[in-house]
Amino acid sequence: MTAYDAIVELNDHTHWAFGTGFDDPLAGIDTSVPPGTDTAEQCLALGDDALIMSHRLAEWCTNAPELEDEVALANLALDLLGQARLLLSRAAQARGNGETEDTLAYLRAEHEFHNVRLAELPRGDFAHEIARLLVFSTWRLAVLERLVDAPDPVLAAIAAKGVKELTYHREYAAGWTVRLGDGTDFSHGRMAAALEAVWPYVDELFDSREARDEFDAAIRQVLEEATLAVPDVSSAARVAGKAGRDGVHTEAMGYLLAEMQSVARAHPGATW
Amino acid sequence: MSARDVAATVLDPELPVLTIADLGILRDVHEDGRRVTVDITPTYSGCPAMAAIRADITARRHDAGFSDVNVRTVLHPPWTTDWITADGRRRLEEHGIAPPGPVRAVPVTLGRRSPVPCPRCGSSDTLKVSRFGPTPCTALYKCTDCAEPFEHVKAF
Repeated sequence: MTAYDAIVELNDHTHWAFGTGFDDPLAGIDTSVPPGTDTAEQCLALGDDALIMSHRLAEWCTNAPELEDEVALANLALDLLGQARLLLSRAAQARGNGETEDTLAYLRAEHEFHNVRLAELPRGDFAHEIARLLVFSTWRLAVLERLVDAPDPVLAAIAAKGVKELTYHREYAAGWTVRLGDGTDFSHGRMAAALEAVWPYVDELFDSREARDEFDAAIRQVLEEATLAVPDVSSAARVAGKAGRDGVHTEAMGYLLAEMQSVARAHPGATW
Repeated sequence: MSARDVAATVLDPELPVLTIADLGILRDVHEDGRRVTVDITPTYSGCPAMAAIRADITARRHDAGFSDVNVRTVLHPPWTTDWITADGRRRLEEHGIAPPGPVRAVPVTLGRRSPVPCPRCGSSDTLKVSRFGPTPCTALYKCTDCAEPFEHVKAF
């Protein structure tokens, strides 16, 4: 008997959480959706943001400047992937047409994704990732805080859980923004350039004035401490008034999906 | 053993000094004849241990003679480290893991948090080595007095 057999014999395959296909993240939860809510759209958009951002953060594995930050970025990616699984599962329930979290993640085309363009921007240097993470986590925190009393109890519960996680993500990003911004002339310059690169994608994030005010106040506090200024740059162009939420993406999105979906598309229905 | 006692003995796969009852993720157990329903809540949204815990609960119940076991996920109210029992905190400390302090709502803290005392010598002169340890719920610290490296379950 091999060592593997000895372990799996104990209680059959149940010992291996990931040897038997992934578990339904909403197992046992009441699947009914309150009528007259836009749960499906909200969960899909927020789930796509989390999925795509999680993919970009995971790209830092073996690429981060230090092991500790590699672990940190991978863990933030894991939190977001967890949020994506819950949200996409909920979106699938609400749409009620036989989709699952997996078909939504792996079998949709580019124009069917509703994530903001900020999340899909290609990986830059470490400062660029920190700038993106600062903006993303501060914005998402403000959005989820407003959803903790959403009419759909499942979305409300997912949001309440996410608030705690994003508070930690923002703290990580804010800590590095201050360290780089208030560091050497060189790190200050790199951090300022990174903020300028992501800032054009800030405007399209907001549809609520309140959330924007909260975002601006938190960012101002961090940048002040980091001796950095809020960038004065114009917004990224939309296409006929459309952007990420409308399914209109940057060039980077197609490449990202090609990589993320290739295995699932090459082996339809495979479990591992 | 009652169904609750069986479920309460399942260990957390990542922090095996704690049972899921100590950790505060076992929310409820209903017993109706041979049919048992167990409610658990995830720690972090992406916690990979959830599927393992669910499988463990089912396996233990089967071994204890409960054939019909239904494990449900409960998302509300969200878990925080405040749900870890006093017993669980003591056990973490005994195993050299600094338990979490109380959870406070914080604005942007910029990394200024209260010190984590060393579980070995009690000194509060400790350094954070990494925000994340081997699992998302822990951070790595080092004691500057006794030089002990240790894990800390973050207040969350």
